Amino acid sequence: MFKYLKQLTSLVAMVAVLFTFTTESMAAKKSKTLKNTQKKGFVRCGVSQGLPGFSNADAAGNWTGVDVDVCRAVAAAVLGDANKVKFTPLSAKERFTALTSGEIDILSRNTTWTLSRDADIGLTFVGVNFYDGQGFMVRKSSGITSTSQFKNGISACTNIGTTTELNMRDFFNSKGISYEPVAFEKADEVVAAYDAGRCDTYTTDKSGLAAQRTKMKNPDEHIVLPETISKEPLGPVVRQGDAVWEDIVRWSLNTMIEAEEYGITSANADMMKTSDNPAIKRLVGAEGELGAAFGLDNDWSLRIIKQVGNYGESYKRNIADTGILPDRGPNQLWTKGGILYVPPAR
Amino acid sequence: MNFKLKDIVPQLITVLAVVLVFGFFTYNAQINMENRGIDFGYGFLSQESSFDVQFSLIEYDGSHSYFRAYLVGLLNTILVSVIGIIIATILGVIVGIARLSPNYLINKFAAFYVEFFRNIPLLLQIFFWYFAALRALPLPQDAEAMFGVFFLTIKGLYVPAFIWQNFNIFFYSIIAAIIAIIVIRAHAKKVQENQGKQIPVFLISIGLIFILPLLSFLIGGVRLSFEVPVLKQLATTSFIYEGGVSLPPELIALTLSLSLYTATFIAECVRAGIQGVGKGQKEAAASIGLTPNQVLKLVIMPQALRIIIPPTTNQYLNLTKNSSLAAAIAYPDLVLVFAGTALMQTGKAIEIVSITMFTYLTLSISISILMNWYNKKIAIQEK
Repeated sequence: MFKYLKQLTSLVAMVAVLFTFTTESMAAKKSKTLKNTQKKGFVRCGVSQGLPGFSNADAAGNWTGVDVDVCRAVAAAVLGDANKVKFTPLSAKERFTALTSGEIDILSRNTTWTLSRDADIGLTFVGVNFYDGQGFMVRKSSGITSTSQFKNGISACTNIGTTTELNMRDFFNSKGISYEPVAFEKADEVVAAYDAGRCDTYTTDKSGLAAQRTKMKNPDEHIVLPETISKEPLGPVVRQGDAVWEDIVRWSLNTMIEAEEYGITSANADMMKTSDNPAIKRLVGAEGELGAAFGLDNDWSLRIIKQVGNYGESYKRNIADTGILPDRGPNQLWTKGGILYVPPAR
Repeated sequence: MNFKLKDIVPQLITVLAVVLVFGFFTYNAQINMENRGIDFGYGFLSQESSFDVQFSLIEYDGSHSYFRAYLVGLLNTILVSVIGIIIATILGVIVGIARLSPNYLINKFAAFYVEFFRNIPLLLQIFFWYFAALRALPLPQDAEAMFGVFFLTIKGLYVPAFIWQNFNIFFYSIIAAIIAIIVIRAHAKKVQENQGKQIPVFLISIGLIFILPLLSFLIGGVRLSFEVPVLKQLATTSFIYEGGVSLPPELIALTLSLSLYTATFIAECVRAGIQGVGKGQKEAAASIGLTPNQVLKLVIMPQALRIIIPPTTNQYLNLTKNSSLAAAIAYPDLVLVFAGTALMQTGKAIEIVSITMFTYLTLSISISILMNWYNKKIAIQEK
């Protein structure tokens, strides 16, 4: 009798151990970041300290912008509510440390995707939500209309801790022009100093120039020069080491872009469920089991489109209608002459 | 034996606790960095920095190493601290003495200055001097020359550069003057102790420091000329001055705000020190016929200094550490260049922050050691 009991106990123990292993691997698949986010009830998102069109807070503390919308899309997908986001404004200097130390889970802060950032410092870039390039702003009254008119001794205001500082050096060096770099920690101070006349030119990503121009005392007095001196693909970043979370953020962004491609908007998303096109049906959750791969339900993408809108809607609302960059330039769908091209959701 | 053990055990426990806490943090950081694929190491210091810095005391550009960028930042921090400490000390002593002045106007003015500047956060003062005062400055093309050669503009203060011939002879003449002054002072002290006679050391010193360098010009072949800044046009409305030396407005604003702020605290230390010397000392000194100047110099100050030095050391340390607020206004100090740009470009947060902390620690301890040495020197020497 006791003999059997002993065997029974060991059997139970073995089953228990096996069971723990299976649940463990299921949970691991569900991703630690996702679990924590669902437990907390909000997505922790790092944004800029105020860049109109990308991430900017109004007087009431409501954040808007295309970078903000990426985080909202993730919140809609994993929590069901695009408003369940906690935004943390970060300076260029603080942003990566905030992400790697686990203070935020997504960094969506007009951040340039480069090899060294992707490979070196424990980060993973998940995609591009804005194709940008570095440019220069000058006062109209200076009569400068091209960077070829820059002369030795020019002073250039910019931010520290960005690719801008490096590109600027490359640019001036290649032209053989000596320059005075004046680098501030915060964008607002760069603008204030340039506006006061401390610098002859202000250099950063062109989208940033266009956005910051709206903050100047008299925006019409300044122009952005036509030359682009670098490639700046800006996109959301996550911590290295959580592949599921990485996929969720990547496909939340891709969903917005692909929704535009198929003409699904926040207004018509529900009606699209009965579409004849299987690609559309998959995107609005009427066909396939796409959410299961991330441990999400099947309406995750529908929620993104309904609550945040497609990429075009986000661009129009935040960047075009605010007069920052009415022309979408390269940030147009590949079908319409731009370079926005995302892998298919299937 | 038992008594000794009682002494040692709590200390051992404390040491163990400290080691464990540090060990835990190190281990934790290691695990987390490993998980996130971050390498630890100081090898980046020899890599090319590839960013430029606005203002540097040593030759530097982006083709130099990160270590050189660190030196640039460190020297800029030391520069602004040293200038700040000198100005703050001079101003602080003047204001501190002024607060004890029987003259109502001087007294109240000094009190107002102290209360005003020490009660406004330093960062706000830096912003005020940089942004508010900067905006009021003229553009280079509109600047009026001061004394015909100085130009204070929104892009900085342009001053003439000295161009020397045979500078070494001039330099030696100054060294010679300083040595002569030290010798004469020692001699004068001896004469006074032995014979009670006073030699006008101050006048002789001033004479020497002027006459010897002057001689180097007359017979040593030293020549000095000035390179006056000249306006140069970059574009229709943008100008700079070329030639001469330019002091960036960031340096000026930072030095100004740091010294004005710290001087208030030093002034209070000075006032406390002077008031801490017994009234009887002053009266006794006056009663043996010393002049008010001599009373201050020979009786009050030597005693007051003992009270003034320790708290003033704190203020020197504060000024040095506060100089890290430079990052807010683009002055390329250690924090902006190294813990800012270099950190961002390399992503080596732990390495760079630890180096920066260690550097500030070393700077502060050096100042402390220097001031403690001085404090010991002026302390009462029992005979």
